Order: sequence, then structure tokens, then C-alpha cells
Amino acid sequence: MTHLNELTLAEARDGLKAKDFSATDLAKAHLSAIEAARGLNAYLLETPERALQMAEVADTKIASGEARPLEGLPLGVKDLFCTHGVTTTAGSRILEGFQPHYESAVTHNLWRDGAVMLGKLNLDEFAMGSSNETSAYGDVVSPWRRQENGALSDTKLVPGGSSGGSAAAVAAHLCLGATATDTGGSIRQPAAFTGTVGIKPTYGRCSRWGTVAYASSLDQAGPIARTVRDCAILLGSMSGPDARDTTCADLPVPDFEAAVARGVKGLTIGIPKEYRVEGMSAEIQALWDKGAAMLKDAGATVREISLPHTRYALPAYYIVAPAEASSNLARYDGVRYGLRVPGKDIAGMYENTRAAGFGREVKRRIMIGTYVLSAGYYDAYYVRAQKIRTLIKRDFEEAYASGIDAILTPATPSAAFGIGEKGSSDPVEMYLQDVFTITVNMAGLPGISVPAGLDAQGLPLGLQLIGRPFDEETLFAAAQVIETAAGRTKLPAAWWA
Amino acid sequence: MTVPVNPKKLIKGGLHDWEVVIGMEIHAQVTSRSKLFSGASTEFGGEPNDHVSLVDAAMPGMLPVINEECVAQAVRTGLGLKARINHRSVFDRKNYFYPDLPQGYQISQFKDPIVGEGEVLVDLVDGESITVGIERLHLEQDAGKSLHDQNPTQSFVDLNRSGVALMEIVSRPDLRSSEEARAYVTKLRTILRYLGTCDGDMEKGSLRADVNVSVRKPGDPLGTRCEIKNVNSIRFIGQAIEVEARRQIAIIEDGGTISQETRLFDPGKGETRSMRSKEEAHDYRYFPDPDLLPLEFDQAYVDALAEGLPELPDAKKARFIESYGLSPYDAGVLIAERASADYFEAVAKGRDGKAAANWVINELFGRLNKEGHSIETSPVSADQLGAIVDLIGEGVISGKIAKDLFEVVWSEGGDPRALVESRGMRQVTDTGAIEAAVDEIIAKNPDKVQQAREKPTLLGWFVGQTMKATGGKANPAAVNALLKAKLGIE
Repeated sequence: MTHLNELTLAEARDGLKAKDFSATDLAKAHLSAIEAARGLNAYLLETPERALQMAEVADTKIASGEARPLEGLPLGVKDLFCTHGVTTTAGSRILEGFQPHYESAVTHNLWRDGAVMLGKLNLDEFAMGSSNETSAYGDVVSPWRRQENGALSDTKLVPGGSSGGSAAAVAAHLCLGATATDTGGSIRQPAAFTGTVGIKPTYGRCSRWGTVAYASSLDQAGPIARTVRDCAILLGSMSGPDARDTTCADLPVPDFEAAVARGVKGLTIGIPKEYRVEGMSAEIQALWDKGAAMLKDAGATVREISLPHTRYALPAYYIVAPAEASSNLARYDGVRYGLRVPGKDIAGMYENTRAAGFGREVKRRIMIGTYVLSAGYYDAYYVRAQKIRTLIKRDFEEAYASGIDAILTPATPSAAFGIGEKGSSDPVEMYLQDVFTITVNMAGLPGISVPAGLDAQGLPLGLQLIGRPFDEETLFAAAQVIETAAGRTKLPAAWWA
Repeated sequence: MTVPVNPKKLIKGGLHDWEVVIGMEIHAQVTSRSKLFSGASTEFGGEPNDHVSLVDAAMPGMLPVINEECVAQAVRTGLGLKARINHRSVFDRKNYFYPDLPQGYQISQFKDPIVGEGEVLVDLVDGESITVGIERLHLEQDAGKSLHDQNPTQSFVDLNRSGVALMEIVSRPDLRSSEEARAYVTKLRTILRYLGTCDGDMEKGSLRADVNVSVRKPGDPLGTRCEIKNVNSIRFIGQAIEVEARRQIAIIEDGGTISQETRLFDPGKGETRSMRSKEEAHDYRYFPDPDLLPLEFDQAYVDALAEGLPELPDAKKARFIESYGLSPYDAGVLIAERASADYFEAVAKGRDGKAAANWVINELFGRLNKEGHSIETSPVSADQLGAIVDLIGEGVISGKIAKDLFEVVWSEGGDPRALVESRGMRQVTDTGAIEAAVDEIIAKNPDKVQQAREKPTLLGWFVGQTMKATGGKANPAAVNALLKAKLGIE
């Protein structure tokens, strides 16, 4: 039979309900899988005691018929979410050993609904990266490997980033689902690289309270899971109004799971011509066409659209996000918590602490952000980037106003690459990873990445669907159509265990 | 607006006269129970770091949430300054590193403040009044406090004040003397206290001023200004302006030039000292705070707040002059504090306004000042003082007896009307009794009678004698009338 940790979240939920196994069994299956997979470096911190304790409570609730929506379902938590009494590092040395006295809104909602915490997941430092190589605590290794001449290659691949730990853990069955965050593609790109499903909901759908900030106007939490349905279930618990985050929408949470089976009959799907970028591989183009065909076959109308300002999104993003980051990360100064490296005076202490505490990529973005906000450059960079952002938003609004219900694009320009292969000499090479996903953050829209096939080397490729504001339901419906048509990707045998 | 040159206000230099030009940024702590963006208490004092929330300490992932009471207070203040209220304003981050600034940025309003242009009418001592333009008012967070005296090698940080709401009220450079500057701050403080939007307690730091000072020859364009930071008393504001103006004049008359810089006033040494030059000024990298949506409200919100505003000092002063027949000076004295004005009105209600004002200003305020009491802790209540005024009006006591009665009420308390009876202070209006006394004095002093008939000013002597004989209780008007009749003088 299937190992318990290989069930989907929905299957595990049903199994618990039918009392086929206990929450404790389920937690233990995951804990041993995690232990066996330490080589992937997906978990920064395992919390087995807490997991078993929560599972025990879940078993009691199930026994007494008081099961909550996520009762007994073991999850991993991206280490960007503050967890009460559990070390939260944001993948940075500067927060080494930091234990919050509060629980992030998103994880609080998950535990409220009965989920079980397995541990904290690796990520790019402060969520800045697209390969999980900027983590201060080591790279995450993807459970996927290339097929070369009919055999598995030894080359270690990245799981994508910044939610690399989340994606790898979900793909390798080290949790049923995981929390993640997406500022420029950090949920959707790793999901695409690992054959998992990830949704970045509309900005404001999930509270940002208690999640370490990277770029406040772009950051949004969402789930990564193995199926569209699992993502829908998790997002239903993660999201909801929160008065502590004034950018969090005061809207009721729809029944996302119910939307999964809606189908796409009668929907109009837009194919934005500007996403057919220069140098796009035939493989990606073919995948994209295949996705369009799947939706058409299921009853949708597919139509080409134009989003003319797409090409400005990436440069504008690399102004707005670092600008906000340079300010958001000012609080890590060694005065109140986290790392402190002494200096001859207060300025010396700041310099030593931040020099030792932040990694290369974080420093680079702080420098860029400080530069674009400085006197004399602000109008030329930040103000113009905000104008571009408005134009990008308008592109989408016009598309939706013309009757488009969702937009289909590739999720990434390529399949996963090898660790150390990209970006070491030119950071822009890495930044280009987010070319299809970044517009969605700039416009605050929901976007889902769903596996749609494998490339020639046997690596998963994902498609992205972009929706109207607060219309994640249509995305779940359309993504389910692709998942059903493409079939779930099958991970190679567990070479890491 | 251009302010005409007033020769009386010029400062004499070695070579010629100079005009001093002053503009002020007042930081007024908003009266509210909790901080601008967190639920922590704004209570003054407490052990260090007693009033600190996770937001104030800038813990990872914490977000600011605007305190609506602070917004209402800023709008009320804007209305009190007859200013334009901006229905949409934006909070910006002002970025700089300092240990008492946990976020690494102060949340303030830079481009789009909540309140725009307004004005303050300022009365000066000589009866002249000036209008000072208000450029803007914005909301911002206060910083914490670094404590350098707790440990020989380390500084400590107290975040109790971190995040407390301040209103920065920026004036136009419309002030032309230290006296005007002092009067402006005094008036602004009065308005804030009337509105209940700032307690104006300068000792506790609730009101601080950054003073911009420059000098020029009358008619010249504005000179280079220096900003004197964080002056925390009205007296020091005046002193700082005087010494800074003279410093600048001396430099210019010596052939030097003023460099734009930030300075500190040292009241002990009576001098200003350079803090940092323009070149050393921070680049604050202002940008809109992405954690906060723009602050928006409609006119109905403003109207509702306007409806709830108390009568403001200018209106009250005009009404006191109009309804009670007071002089502008007396009205100005009475309205300086809302509590004084309320006290006066309680005394004046149904009585002669001028008499009430006299008693409040001359007797009561004099005594309160002497004893270091405030109007709130006055031993004589408005009811008691009103009763004293009534007793005079009814002719029960004379003005002189009233002063004695006031003393008794001040030190012993009690109902003035009852005291007059129990202490036998009622003035004698019974002409028979007074006549008897008058007759006796006339009989005893025939020579004086003779003299008085020739020299009527001697009447005063007879009045004195009669009052003495009646224990001061005789009605002075009755005594006068009787004496004149009996002595046969006009």
C-alpha cells in the first residue's frame, strides 16, 4: 500500500475521518520520511515533539467527533512565518536562534483548524532568490533529477525559490502541504520546478501579520501542495480578514474546495502574446499550447490578448521590491534581537552586525533599494517604477474588462537547473526566472502554478493561470482541468532516502 | 503673504538694523490613550519599556494599524487652525538608523499631509495682533529614548515613547521677533488645549519646537536660516531666537556668511551650538509606507468632528467682549485657559460681567498666582465668588468688606452669604444708625466742620471717621450723602 505520507492532503483527511489510520500514524510516517530525507536540506528545523503532541490532540478530536477542517494533517511551514516559541530565521544568520513570542496569522489559522506542524522549511534568505541558494543554512536539493540516457543524473538540481524548502518537502512527501510566500514568483516557480501546485492568492487574501516582510506591497502567503484540491483546502484555512494587517481584505473566504470541480465551460482564457518572450524554448511553447488545448477541450474559449507593458515588469520589480526591502530590513540592527556583532560605537555595531548577518543577495538588494530611494534618484527610479506598476495593472484590468476570465502563461522559462548553474556571475540571469510570475505580484492578482508535463529530461514543467482580483475560485477550477488532463507528475523513486 | 516691516521690531546691529525672520515646526503630542500605530499605552512615566507592543519594538512581521482617534485629533486640530483638511493623505517612511528608532524608519507624512494651509491669529501685549500662516500639519511617530547614564560602557533604550503620535505643525516664516514667536506658541498651545488634542505640557515634552531663524536687511530676500532643534519651553524659544539672531548678525557684519545647519540651544550658556551642517544632513529616503493604505475620509466625517468642536479662543474672546462688555485685554486674559474662561462664565452668569471679570482677574488670579494654585484647584469656587459679587450688588456688603469676605472664603471656605451674617459683616444701610454716628462726629469736631465747609475735600476725613465708628460696615454711598447734607457741602 501507499505510505501514509504519499497520500494527498484530501485523501489523508478522508482516511482520518474514516479512521483508516490515526493522526499519530500520519505524523509518524512524515517524521520518519523527514529524517530519511535530511540530505535534501528541506527542513531547517524539525519539531517532532510538537507534531506528535498536536497529532494526539487531533486524534482526541476525531474520536469525539469534533474534527476541525484540517484535523491531524501534517504540514511544513516556510521559515518566514513567525511561530510562537519555535525558532524563526527567515533563512538568515541575522535571525539565528530568534524565537518569536507570537504566531503569524497564517499559521495561527492553520493550527486553529487542526493542522499539525512538522517543522520549519528552508528558503532563500529573507525570501530573496529563485533557487534557494541564498539561504544562510545551505541549499535545498530538489528531489527531482534529470533523466540522462535512461538513467538518473547525479547532478543536484535546485527546487526553485524562494519557497524551495516548501516545494521540495511537498514533492518529496515530507509533508502533505506547506505554507509558502510569493513576492515575485516564490510560490509558483518552485512549484513548477518540483511538479507541485502552488497558488499566490490575491494581495490581501492572506494576512501578512507575523510573516517576516521582504517587500510589503508584493508579499503574499499561499500554499504549495501536491494537488489543486489540496491547495484549495489549505488556502481556505490560511486566508481571511485580519484587522492587524490594514492591507488584508475584509472579505469572506469562499469555499475554494467547492470551486475545484466547477470546470471551465463558458470561460474565456486569454493567451498574452507578450509572454512569448525572445528565446523561449520550443518545449515551453509546446507546453503552453497543450495547456490551451486542454482548457479548450474542457469547454473554454481561448483567445489571444495583449498585455503591452509586460516587458517593463521585471525592471520595475527590481526597483520596488529592493526599495521596500531596504527599509523593511532596517530593523535587523543588532539592538533588540537576533545577531549582534560588537563595534567600537553604535555605527560600528550596526555595520559589523549587518555585514556578518546578511548574505550577498540580501546586501545587494538593500544596496539597490537604498540607491533608488536616495535623493535625486527617487523620481527617476521609484516613482517611474510605480507608474509602470499602474500601467501593468491597467493592462490586466483591460483584459478582464474585455471578457477574459483567466490568463494562461508558462510558469517559468525553463525546467529546474542545477545548483550553482545560474546567477553566480550575473544576478540578472537568476532574476529572469521570474519573468512570467512577477507581473502578477505587481498587479496584486492571484496566480496559480500547476504541473502540465515533463521536459525532455524528465523534469516537471508548470503552467500559470492568472485570475481577476479575489477570484481564486476560477483559478482552482481551471487548474484542476489541466491537472486532470495532464495527469499528476510522478516523482522518481526516492533516491535520497 | 508678505509681512510688512515693522521698524519697532528690528534689531540694532553695529552697522544698521536687521529684521529677524522666524518660522516654527511645533511637535505636539496627540492626546490619545494609545499610540499612533499600536495599542500600547501613551501614559507618561512608568518603568522603562513598560508601554511597548510588538509593533513598537519592531519585531519581525509586525504591522502598523492606524489609531483612528489620532486621526480625529489631527482633523480637529486642523479645524481649530482654520486649515484645509485633506481627505486623502499618505503615510511615508523616513529612513534612518538610531537605537531609539526600532523600525529603522519613522512613519510620518511627507508629500501628502492630513492638514494643509491654515492660520493662527496672535495677540501681542501692546494690543497689536498678527496672523501667522500655517503651512501644514502632519501625523508622525515619536521615537524612543536613549539612556546614557545607566551603565559606564553601554547605552540603554526606553521605548515607552516609541510610536506615540505627534502632530508636526509647520508655520510659515511669518514671525518677526522673539516676542511674536513666544506669543505664537502660547496661542497655539491655547488652541490645542481648548481642542483637547494636546495637553501642551512642555515639561513632559508634549510640546516641542524646532525654530528656524534667519536675519536680513529690511526689504532684502530671506537670509540663510539655521534650525534650532527641540526647544522645550516658551521662555527658551524667546532666548534661543535672540541669541541666534545676534550670532548671525555678528557673523554677517563681520563679513562672514551664514551656513545652513541644525543647531542646539544651551540655556545654561545662553548660546546655540552647531549640531550638523547641511552636508551632514541625512538622506531620509522617504517613500510611501507600503504597510499602510492612504488615509481617506469624506467631508461628512470632517463635518461631524467640526460639530463636536468646543468654542475656540478667538470666538470666545469676541463673545466675552460683546456679551459681557469686557475690554479686549480682560477678555484675552480670561480666555487664555479654557478652565479660566469657564470659571469666569460661571461667575458672570446672571451677574454684571465687568464686575465678575474684575473679581476673577484681580482678586482671584492674583491670589492663585501668589499661592501657586491653578484655576482647577482654586479654594474659592465660582459659586462662592458669584455669591460675593451678588452681595456687593445687593448692597449687603461694600467692596472693601467683600475683600475681607473673599479672604475668609479663601482660607476657611463656607457659604459667603451665611458668613456675612455669622460674622456680622453686613454693611449698615440703616440711615438712622449712620446718622447717629455722623451726628456724633460732627458734634465732637466743630473745627473740622468749619474747615470742611471751606474746603470740601475734607469730606474724606469725615467719611473715614464714620466708617471707623461703624466698624467699616456703613454703606459708603449713604455715609457720603448724609455727610454732604449735614455739612452743607455740594
